[in-house]
Amino acid sequence: MENEVTIRIGGESGEGTISGGDILALASARWGYHVYTFRTFPAEILGGPCMFQVRISDHPVKSMGDYADVLICLNKEAYDRNVGELRHGGVLMYDPSDFTPEAGDYITYAVPFNEIARKEVQLFQTKNMVMLGAICGLFGPPLEAIIQVVQSKLSRSRKANATLMEKNLLALDVAKKYVSEKITKSDPYLLGPVEKADRVVLNGNQAIVAGALAAQCRYFAGYPITPASDIMEGMAKELPQVGGTFLQAEDEIAALASVLGASFGGVRAMTATSGPGFSLMTELIGLSSMAELPAVIVDAQRAGPSTGMPTKMEQSDLSFALNAGHGDTPRIVMAPSNVANCYELIIQAFEMAERYQMPVLFLSDQSLTARVESVDSHVFKKPEIHGRIQYNGKHASNGSNGHQAEPMLVGAGAGAHEYERYANTPTGISPISTPGAGAPAYVATGLEHDEAGHPNYEPEDHTEMMQKRFRKLATAAAEMPKPQRYGDADATIGVIGWGSTEGTIQEAVDRARAKGLKVASLHPTILSPLPDEAIQEFISSVQKVIVPENNYSGQFANLLGAKYGLQAVRLNKYGGIPFTAAEILRAIEEVH
Amino acid sequence: MTQTLINPTPKDYKSEVKPTWCPGCGDFGVLNAAFRGLAEMKLPTDQTVVVSGIGCSSRFPHFMKTFGFHSVHGRALPVAQGLKMARPDLNVITVGGDGDFFSIGAGHLIHAALRNIDITVVVMDNEIYGLTKGQTSPTSPHGHVTKSTPYGLLASQFNPIATALSLNVSFVARGYSAKPKDLAALIQQGVQHKGFSFIHALSPCPTFYHTFDAWDAAVTPIDSGHDTQDKAQAIALALETEKQYTGIFYKEERPTMDQAAHQLVQESKSFDIAQYMQRYA
Repeated sequence: MENEVTIRIGGESGEGTISGGDILALASARWGYHVYTFRTFPAEILGGPCMFQVRISDHPVKSMGDYADVLICLNKEAYDRNVGELRHGGVLMYDPSDFTPEAGDYITYAVPFNEIARKEVQLFQTKNMVMLGAICGLFGPPLEAIIQVVQSKLSRSRKANATLMEKNLLALDVAKKYVSEKITKSDPYLLGPVEKADRVVLNGNQAIVAGALAAQCRYFAGYPITPASDIMEGMAKELPQVGGTFLQAEDEIAALASVLGASFGGVRAMTATSGPGFSLMTELIGLSSMAELPAVIVDAQRAGPSTGMPTKMEQSDLSFALNAGHGDTPRIVMAPSNVANCYELIIQAFEMAERYQMPVLFLSDQSLTARVESVDSHVFKKPEIHGRIQYNGKHASNGSNGHQAEPMLVGAGAGAHEYERYANTPTGISPISTPGAGAPAYVATGLEHDEAGHPNYEPEDHTEMMQKRFRKLATAAAEMPKPQRYGDADATIGVIGWGSTEGTIQEAVDRARAKGLKVASLHPTILSPLPDEAIQEFISSVQKVIVPENNYSGQFANLLGAKYGLQAVRLNKYGGIPFTAAEILRAIEEVH
Repeated sequence: MTQTLINPTPKDYKSEVKPTWCPGCGDFGVLNAAFRGLAEMKLPTDQTVVVSGIGCSSRFPHFMKTFGFHSVHGRALPVAQGLKMARPDLNVITVGGDGDFFSIGAGHLIHAALRNIDITVVVMDNEIYGLTKGQTSPTSPHGHVTKSTPYGLLASQFNPIATALSLNVSFVARGYSAKPKDLAALIQQGVQHKGFSFIHALSPCPTFYHTFDAWDAAVTPIDSGHDTQDKAQAIALALETEKQYTGIFYKEERPTMDQAAHQLVQESKSFDIAQYMQRYA
């Protein structure tokens, strides 16, 4: 474990705590290490406590780490808030002019961050560079790796100038010299050189943007909301580069409405929001489902209810996503499990939205939006794209109600045959026609309608069309990939999770197995329709099932109970902070 | 393989779905005006989309042979704007009632005007909620007694034309369902106008608020000498409440957002994921 360290930086928002941490993570990753970050920040732009933690390791890391090995406190409040998360025997680095730490089971390194920044560099804003210089000197990575990142960041900044760069470099250098001269290293954390690997470093929101572009999403509309706004900003910047268009809507209702307009026009379209905005979209989710228009809707979940805690993590929109909208409304619900999966799954979201002509709700969460991970570059490969099933001038072949395969006459005029936009097919999928392509016209509608799309309230029609729409979910369930079991084949304890907790659960499973316990986990990424067979098989293969989730009511455990009669051991955490592997490991040991 | 209609007649735009409107509804006049206007422009049915919200008048798309999108209450404008942004090659016409555009969807009107996206809006205004059987609407007059205002309407009356002018809408006109020929000409000019076109169509409800006689008396064509670039004069006409002026109040050519967005994409490249990911390497 020598080539691994978890560093936590605590400070005040606006003083470079987060940006300093970002630089450290990026430099370590570029140097060749795996990284996994976790951060908290206040909703305010300036002021308020914030924290950045990065786990740096020479082997792949799946969770944020149980404790900090190294805690750097930029003020007294950071110390008070974070010292409880410092590992026994860990390192506390602080500035003695800020406070004097109480005696504890940790090593202390006193570094005058403030004085170096003020007096030697003569620019107080370089305090985070002073901190980074001290980190380089004591734990690695090498100064050159940091300098490279700082240079590339500054070159893209509007504030950039030669003096600022010079001062930053001076701060790094002076601090590194200071610690090597004044501090006697007595801790075990030192990152050595590693082999450089072909990896990229990015967060969940960035991976979603990359995936949406690769999936040929060419229209985005959204309304700013924490923590989903950077998806919108990313799409605003990138879409024009690839022939797409973007709209910042006046509200989330307009955002999804315009996405459905674009989708009607045959263009792959998406919006991204968080809980409050998602609530506003519900009527249009019903329209998307009823009019059978593809749409991808990202909900970067945050702690609710109501405005809740905009910058804190929670997995509490699952029940809502599964049921949002009045009436019986088929939809697909997905939840990405990590940064790499954000890319792969959003591509699948578009593919499924287009194939099954329904809304796909994509449940990311705050921790994943901002979590930076190093990911093997080969994950980001060009996807295979399948278009919608287009109406091709003939009826869809149909065994159920005796339609003839008869060519359609296109366009207006007396005697034109009617195109059956909502043809009742065995799969439930009806070939769609796109305006401007010479295909016959139809009316998309939220009213109940017959196969031709004309309003129809007959009992037989509503019954048939309900069945047709829901049949698409059965088709999707049969066609979708099954989740893979992780861990022991002969496990007695099972863990079933969803969303961003996958890595943490798997790390807990690994650690339990290392202690001789028989444990396995299952982590479905498609939550509607659920992979029934895989879940039932998993449940029946173990004696007890733990369902960890970051919400109060156990929304996934409720679902598994309702669907499969599972009496799960519930593990709920709802303070706004993700699980650590230690917490899940403890639950496994208690159940055992 | 888009199709061009050769000498189409208004009937070529009429679908086989029978209108659900009450006998004598003003919306028949607006529908006929749309058939006529589209036929005169020879708009291809497969390149034209009529978008609506919810209400009596929002059934409109079902009665037309063009593509249609009958969405949800109040959201016709954002649906239409998304469609036009993504597909600027299509003709997008948005229809609906005073409830859709001035009440539940009023917020969208402001932003559609600011964006000046090239769509045409036809508001069928009957000054009452018809589909829900006779409650007050934003355009009902002050004091009006309805089922939801049994003691008379306490709010003041919404002025659609003055509002559109104040929002800097680039084409503002009013027509009357009882004069479908004139209305057809306005629809034609609205569709041909590059930008957001707002056509206020007086369309009485014979069942819940019979305004035919009042409007027959009040409707007055705007004087042919009116300068459609003169906004102050346009506003003066709009504020004249004794008369209901019909014709074009104001017209201005200015850049549209759909055009501007597509100018940005003209230099666009195909997307290469490997190249894109270099920024994170």
